[in-house]
Amino acid sequence: MLKVSSVTKYFRGLTAVRQVSFEVPTGAIVALIGPNGAGKTTTFNLINGMLRPEEGRIELDGRDITGLRPDQVCHAGVGRTFQIAKPLAGLSVLDNVVVGGLRITNKVAEARIAAAEILEVLDLAHKRDAAAGSLTLPERKRLEVARALATGPKLLLLDEVMAGLRPNETDALVETFRHLNRSLGLTILLIEHVMRAVMALSEHVVVLNHGVLISSGTPREVVRDPQVLECYLGEEAV
Amino acid sequence: MNVLFADVPVRGLVVLAVFAAALILAPAVVDDYVLSILILCLYFSFIGQAWNIMMGFAGQLSLGHSLYIGLGAYTSAALFVHFQTIPWIGMLAGMVVAGAAGGIIGGLGFRFGIRGVYFALLTIAFAEFTRVAFDHFGWVGGSSGLFLPVEYRDDSDLLSLRGAPVMFYYVILAFTAGALVLARLILASKIGYYWLAIREDQEAAQALGINVFRYKMLAVVLSAVLTSMAGTFYAFYYNNLYPETIFSMHKSIEILLGVVVGGLGTLFGPILGAFLLTMLGELMTDLAEHIDLDGVKQLFLGLCLLVIIVFRPAGVWPWLARRLGLSGRRDA
Ligand SMILES: Nc1ncnc2c1ncn2[C@@H]1O[C@H](COP(=O)(O)OP(=O)(O)OP(=O)(O)O)[C@@H](O)[C@H]1O
Ligand SMILES: [Mg+2]
Repeated sequence: MLKVSSVTKYFRGLTAVRQVSFEVPTGAIVALIGPNGAGKTTTFNLINGMLRPEEGRIELDGRDITGLRPDQVCHAGVGRTFQIAKPLAGLSVLDNVVVGGLRITNKVAEARIAAAEILEVLDLAHKRDAAAGSLTLPERKRLEVARALATGPKLLLLDEVMAGLRPNETDALVETFRHLNRSLGLTILLIEHVMRAVMALSEHVVVLNHGVLISSGTPREVVRDPQVLECYLGEEAV
Repeated sequence: MNVLFADVPVRGLVVLAVFAAALILAPAVVDDYVLSILILCLYFSFIGQAWNIMMGFAGQLSLGHSLYIGLGAYTSAALFVHFQTIPWIGMLAGMVVAGAAGGIIGGLGFRFGIRGVYFALLTIAFAEFTRVAFDHFGWVGGSSGLFLPVEYRDDSDLLSLRGAPVMFYYVILAFTAGALVLARLILASKIGYYWLAIREDQEAAQALGINVFRYKMLAVVLSAVLTSMAGTFYAFYYNNLYPETIFSMHKSIEILLGVVVGGLGTLFGPILGAFLLTMLGELMTDLAEHIDLDGVKQLFLGLCLLVIIVFRPAGVWPWLARRLGLSGRRDA
């Protein structure tokens, strides 16, 4: 589905992402982990076109999407959430999702029906008429997911949507993603610090540190990798 | 029709119907002075609605909307004076010219990622530049102005926009009603949703598949085109045009004040704001005649604005609509 090849991104002096390559197979759930400032969000920005890589190539189902604008990448089938949620604050929760839904239909009425269903899936139906700006942090994160889902992606990029959730909330969201993956065949690439979620969801993990890919493999392999233990997981390892 | 009135509570419909009926019947009961004020109210309602499309819906601040009024006015007036072109054709030409100007400003600004205040400065620059250019544009009279032949007549010739004030009243009333319907329909469509999304968060909008450049351009061009129609109206109603007045910054500010007071981004805010400010302005003019002090009108007007903006920062309409239960959710 997604193929990232030797991608590099500089910010003035800093190399945020250096020669990173990995793949996300169709139908898979892959996790991208690493300490703060490792370049995870930057990688997402490179994939969805908010940033243009200095080097490297990004392919979606064999199609080169390097350097496309975010809206073009969205039309190519990539939905994303933002680590710092970006609710359309003045609009209702439902209307936020409707905006996403209008990617696949021109009819507002259709988009509204689809949006209402997606709100059910993400347990936001009771908030549909609330202003998006009034949501709590966990709700905002779920709205991010709902909105991205509404665009009808084949690949969903999730940037720390479990951060700040209570364990039972995390488990509920994990269950939702598993359902989306299994029953709709949605491919997912997720950035996550919550190892509980990473272990439960992903079949493959990619680890970044200082912009460099230092390890990748199954969750079991990765958490035993000494390099990963040293720089990221430390003593608190699973 | 159901799109137009969906979501509006009965109470809102009743008030709207009463207001519309009052406006339609007004010329039968009011004198010429009141009629001229009502024309002014509607004129600002219409332009406010047009400006609101760009700022209130799509979130793009224009401080140079006098440019489009001026282009609409001068294009149709010049065609009339030089070629006896009927105003409605002249208006179409003005819409094309203003739309092109909007397209150039938007194209430049949005292509180079000029946002917010900087974009607003760009709009001022274009209006000012055009004003100076028209000062030296001899074909349309330069700084000494362009005048349309005035005919005093009791009958009304709608085709050539010559006639009694009542005719102008109904023309601008139709414009205002049309703009309201148009704004309502667009707001309920995909374009409307996309504009609001861009207004709220451009990056989020883009990630949701919105071609931000295209939709911002659409807002600017539509706003410019509508505004130019008011320019044609102005030209044929007042019969004289000076670059100094029509392209002035003051005019641009006047337009947006009404919308801000009424309620930015709402459908009825521009109308309510235009009526409030125009009436207030008239009241102050009367007051100033009794109190013989320099600038007393501006002072009072400024104070009123201050009070409204401090106490109703979201505008008068959202507050009024909520208090009286007049509007549906989306226009609250
Ligand atoms: N737009 C930017 N301009 C300059 N530097 C940036 C920019 N975005 C990110 N950086 C820097 O690039 C590095 C990688 O940031 P990034 O946000 O990708 O990290 P991350 O892995 O997502 O971290 P976290 O877990 O804290 O979210 C950091 O040092 C950050 O300060
Ligand atoms: Mg991050």
